[in-house]
Amino acid sequence: MTAPAIELKGISKAFGPVQANKDISISVQPGTIHGIIGENGAGKSTLMSILYGFYKADKGEIWIKGTKTEIPDSQAAISAGIGMVFQHFKLVENFTVLENIVLGAEDSGLLMPSLSRARKELKELEEEYELYVDPDKRIDEIGVGLQQRVEILKALYRKADILILDEPTGVLTPPEADQLFRILDRLRSEGKTIILITHKLREIMEYTDTVSVMRRGEMNATVKTSESSPEQLAELMVGRKVLLRVDKVPARPGKPVLEIENLSVVDSAGVERVKGIDLTVRAGEILGLAGVAGNGQSELLEVLGGMRVGTGTIRVNGAPLPLSGSGSDARSRRHAGIAHVPEDRQREGLIMDFHAWENIGFGYHREEIYRKGVLLNNAALRADTEAKMAKFDVRPPNPWLAAKSFSGGNQQKLVVAREIERNPDLLLIGQPTRGVDIGAIEFIHQQIVALRDQGKAILLVSVELEEILSLSDRVAVMFDGKIMGERPADQTDEKELGLMMAGVAGEAA
Amino acid sequence: MDFLTLIQVLDSTMRMATPLLLACLAGLFSERAGIFDIGLEGKMLMAAFFSAAVAAATGNVWLGLLSGVASSLVLSGLHGLASITFRGNQLISGVALNFLASGLTVLIAESWFRQGGRTPSLLTDGRFNGIELPFAIGPADAAAADRPLNELIKEAGPIQQLYSELISGHSILVYVALLFVPLTWWVLFRTRFGLRLRAVGENPAAVDTAGVSVQGLRFAAVGICGLLCGIAGAYLATGLQAGFVREMTSGRGYIALAALIFAKWRPWHALGACLLFGLLQAIALRFQSIQFGGFTIPVQVMDALPYILTVVILAGFVGKAIPPRAGGQPYVKER
Repeated sequence: MTAPAIELKGISKAFGPVQANKDISISVQPGTIHGIIGENGAGKSTLMSILYGFYKADKGEIWIKGTKTEIPDSQAAISAGIGMVFQHFKLVENFTVLENIVLGAEDSGLLMPSLSRARKELKELEEEYELYVDPDKRIDEIGVGLQQRVEILKALYRKADILILDEPTGVLTPPEADQLFRILDRLRSEGKTIILITHKLREIMEYTDTVSVMRRGEMNATVKTSESSPEQLAELMVGRKVLLRVDKVPARPGKPVLEIENLSVVDSAGVERVKGIDLTVRAGEILGLAGVAGNGQSELLEVLGGMRVGTGTIRVNGAPLPLSGSGSDARSRRHAGIAHVPEDRQREGLIMDFHAWENIGFGYHREEIYRKGVLLNNAALRADTEAKMAKFDVRPPNPWLAAKSFSGGNQQKLVVAREIERNPDLLLIGQPTRGVDIGAIEFIHQQIVALRDQGKAILLVSVELEEILSLSDRVAVMFDGKIMGERPADQTDEKELGLMMAGVAGEAA
Repeated sequence: MDFLTLIQVLDSTMRMATPLLLACLAGLFSERAGIFDIGLEGKMLMAAFFSAAVAAATGNVWLGLLSGVASSLVLSGLHGLASITFRGNQLISGVALNFLASGLTVLIAESWFRQGGRTPSLLTDGRFNGIELPFAIGPADAAAADRPLNELIKEAGPIQQLYSELISGHSILVYVALLFVPLTWWVLFRTRFGLRLRAVGENPAAVDTAGVSVQGLRFAAVGICGLLCGIAGAYLATGLQAGFVREMTSGRGYIALAALIFAKWRPWHALGACLLFGLLQAIALRFQSIQFGGFTIPVQVMDALPYILTVVILAGFVGKAIPPRAGGQPYVKER
């Protein structure tokens, strides 16, 4: 048997009192795709950062291809043949593809010889792995799928034969993701070793040979993917049985709550982001709005939530709401019965340095229950926060903690609690489970469905197709500011929606 | 205005633009690497003082230049320490260094020379004097003909006037400053160091993950900035003028920053911007009082003109200037 491509022995790493990695050992065979799965904060990224020389392990050994290797910095990782594709690309946006690939791996002090050699080598790599990118395009001129290819090419140009990919499909459309996995497959067949870090069970099941599950800093199990099941992996990840499908009864849609007619939005740079769309959301149904990030969904949500101006008509419960000028702000929207869970909870949903109880009051601080004359009734706010924390299982249930001290899932629970508990007629909810762990996803999904069953209208925007499909009653797909088509959720699948997300028009529903 | 006057104004423009250009290129290196430097002013001032002081004490202008550059490098090092190593606020560090330079120069000058916070006037050897290029009419020709120099130049043909007045006769630092423009361009866009430097100002994480030291690059950039500011300050005190007086940089560091924004952090454009600001200063110097019918524009207005125009140009003509993306942010490694 050949030596493992990577072998970690007893790796431990603590940040202050937090034990991020506890005595972790894995061994990855060359020429395989090895998945590492775990919830946010399980220690996956820390482990990979140790492997790439960003952190130094407190204890433990790293063996690469049968030799014990010290990796004090990224340079050492690169020379050991490790390449890393980060979740957030490490590219210089106003440099060309070629310049990005060469950066840090130049041959000499002068740039020209390095660039022309890289150009030649790139051509060879392109033929070998079918990885085509125009070397002279600037990074900000190409899409995220291609940007990711540049990251892979960067690693290959540095002769990496162990490739680590951290949540590689988070930013990709389904067709782009398929293409990525075809590339990874090709790399595997050329003998490269690939470590795939993800929280998506489907990717693990479909593409990996072996999989390790991490939970709370520990390596819970390493199994052959073919001998495992999604249910088993989910249970290993969370530590209890998890419902992977959302349990819900068929919707009973009532009267239209939100009617959108010919809505257009032009952003501050003068670009038309939403191009005259029509949509209706009825009471007692969840309309899922799918699409790759940046196709106008965010702008649509912001206009509806009163955070941006637009043109056209929107009616809530039959009453038209202004889209600009007075009465179009977020406060008026709340008065009209709209609650809004914004896409980016850390920027728009919460003030990270403020206490949980202060955050619970935002947007509703003028309400009678929170007031004592002209002053805020802080005691009432705190009591209300405690009640909401108990109901939504926010951990730790301490109103005095700053928002930033909670995990992603618990932050989101705070925002969702604040908005849902107001008993709105219409809930706008963007990326409800981005950066949220499986256990909390299950809970938040249940809350959304419960709200629907109370006869409320819900507009769900998400870039996660799985989430759209499992939660929605109807699905609309947005591409380039327009609605590409609408489908009943039970009469469509990821493939059809994926095509529509990529701009291939569906037949009219 | 006759041709000769025009040439003389342009000649003066060259002199006025030189310290701006050096400081502007200094800022360019620093800011391209992601370190904002509002302390160009302070570094120039410090260098102006030390170059004048050492030149006055030793009578050797090169020793003066050397100590000017050294003093500027010390301030650069402090700025680097504060903003790169300790990840402090770059603006505050820069402002602090400006205050430090402003007070320290006068304090040392007073205790050293006892002339009210200035250095003694520099004699010929203590200054960078003009270099006569071949075939130019210069002081030597004037001495040989035993006639005043301006008469000789007045009699010469326009091309000779242009050559002798505008191109010839500047101190070596003027030519050095001009040479730094193509050199800066070449370093930034044709060398490995330049590629990495620009990258570190845009996305330090990309440089870090490529296995190159972010701190090392930034310190190098800040060092170059110190070197160029040092030359700029030395030119002020030993080339443009003959000695140090308090606050003699009079806002040139800030004008250089304005020029840098106007040039959108590009070397050749920086040359253009600095020449423009230099021209404004030259005009203000040359035409101290302008008659408008019976009304005389006071000299203070003319002196203020370059600064007013700086504001106007920055407010109205820059368009969208996008600074290096990581500018002003200390780099913290993250997962």
